[in-house]
Amino acid sequence: MNFVLLALSLIFVIIPLVLSKTLNLGLEKDSVIATIRSIIQLLAVGYILQFVFDAENYFYIFLMIALMIGAAVQNARKKGVSIKGITWKLVVTFVFIEVLTQGILLGLNITPATAQYIIPISGMVIGNSMVLSILFLNRFTSELDSREDETELILSLGGTPKQAIHRPLIASIQASTIPTIESQKTIGLVQLPGMMSGQIIAGADPLQAVMFQLLIIFLLLTTAVVTSVILGFLSYPTLFNERMQLVLPGKK
Amino acid sequence: MMTKDTQAAIQFSHVTFKSGEQEILHDITGWFPRNRITTLVGPSGAGKTTLFRLCNGLISPTSGDIYIDDRKIESYDPVQLRRKVGIALQSATMVSGTVRYNLALPMELQGKELSDERAKELITVVGLDESFLERKAKDLSGGQRQKLSIARTLVNQPEILLLDEITSSLDRVSQQEIEELIVRINEKYGTTIMWITHNLRQALSIGDYTWVMMDGELVETGESSLLKNPQNPRVQTFVKGETE
Repeated sequence: MNFVLLALSLIFVIIPLVLSKTLNLGLEKDSVIATIRSIIQLLAVGYILQFVFDAENYFYIFLMIALMIGAAVQNARKKGVSIKGITWKLVVTFVFIEVLTQGILLGLNITPATAQYIIPISGMVIGNSMVLSILFLNRFTSELDSREDETELILSLGGTPKQAIHRPLIASIQASTIPTIESQKTIGLVQLPGMMSGQIIAGADPLQAVMFQLLIIFLLLTTAVVTSVILGFLSYPTLFNERMQLVLPGKK
Repeated sequence: MMTKDTQAAIQFSHVTFKSGEQEILHDITGWFPRNRITTLVGPSGAGKTTLFRLCNGLISPTSGDIYIDDRKIESYDPVQLRRKVGIALQSATMVSGTVRYNLALPMELQGKELSDERAKELITVVGLDESFLERKAKDLSGGQRQKLSIARTLVNQPEILLLDEITSSLDRVSQQEIEELIVRINEKYGTTIMWITHNLRQALSIGDYTWVMMDGELVETGESSLLKNPQNPRVQTFVKGETE
């Protein structure tokens, strides 16, 4: 692939633009912005990754991961602003999941300790953790709202905050992890995963690509469940005060 | 007479409760006598439910003090307080599952089991048949849910029972059944009962004492017969409006 061929691929941007214009879909502006942003962002990342790979310096790897976590926190916290201390709770969650996954991968020599492996895998793990956090926070705040009576009932009968929040918490953890588990059930049948397809296109041995893809699938399963569980258990205590009274976000 | 010879189960001293900037309860000072039935009457928005939520420890007063058996409410462990002061709300919220599961909930929260014998005893006390135990709680009628809600609150053997408009949405027959049940619980277990009701006939016939609340204030209190001849002009207007 070179820049000339890449320029030719812009045909795939022109097709929806033409359709949008013809059918008055109103997608032209957003499509152009999305295209320009993706070109700039990915090319910038490409050059940065090239620099980090060449530098072979762990400081740059650390810096890249810190930036990823920072961006993920910034994005996910918008969905949980009503939960006290959500920023540091997200930081703890993302750092924990990163340390856990890289600790296992590097500790057991499953992947080499080079930027070429650490950064892309970290990106996938943190990115998925961010999406899971958003799904979890969305569901958790709506569960708290819809099950307020039930939560107070359990408190009124002498239950602890942990017992009172058990059902909304478990329902939110299940709801946020189900899409990951369900998509993994049909993987390879409906569509080939992006990373595996990319490797095959780049000339890698398909079996090797499959093995790496399986590694990522297993990683993402851990990421999904651990993210929801950690975020849930970090979040629920802030919903109660020291008198074990429910202090719902946004309510006085 | 409602004198100090009767011991206080719950006392309020200049209790105020605010939600944000809005004052829900204003300077409430009064008491509920032990082992008796006290009814709380007053128009909607008078702060009656908020008062109950304060007694069960679901919320805390903005200022003032509440005493349960002469001890400040803050000195109780919240879990112990809520087992001592049981509350059954108008909504009669049920968790998904059978009647037996809902009935056993207070025991489950303590890591214990509710024996079959006790479950049958409680369900019978509230006037439901034993066969109800295996039914889905969501399939119960409004009156049956209220009865189950009371039975569930009784599992903790509360010394004080707060009942929040538990008969307001029920038909006449169900209302009467619950009225009889309240009197029976009071007589059988010596439970102190506070009962919010809109029905002045209920307040007169069931309650030993009455609190009349309006706009977050305790306007008049005394033996239930006060409702026949209230002194406060606002209460006179309210009683007239309710009985006409």
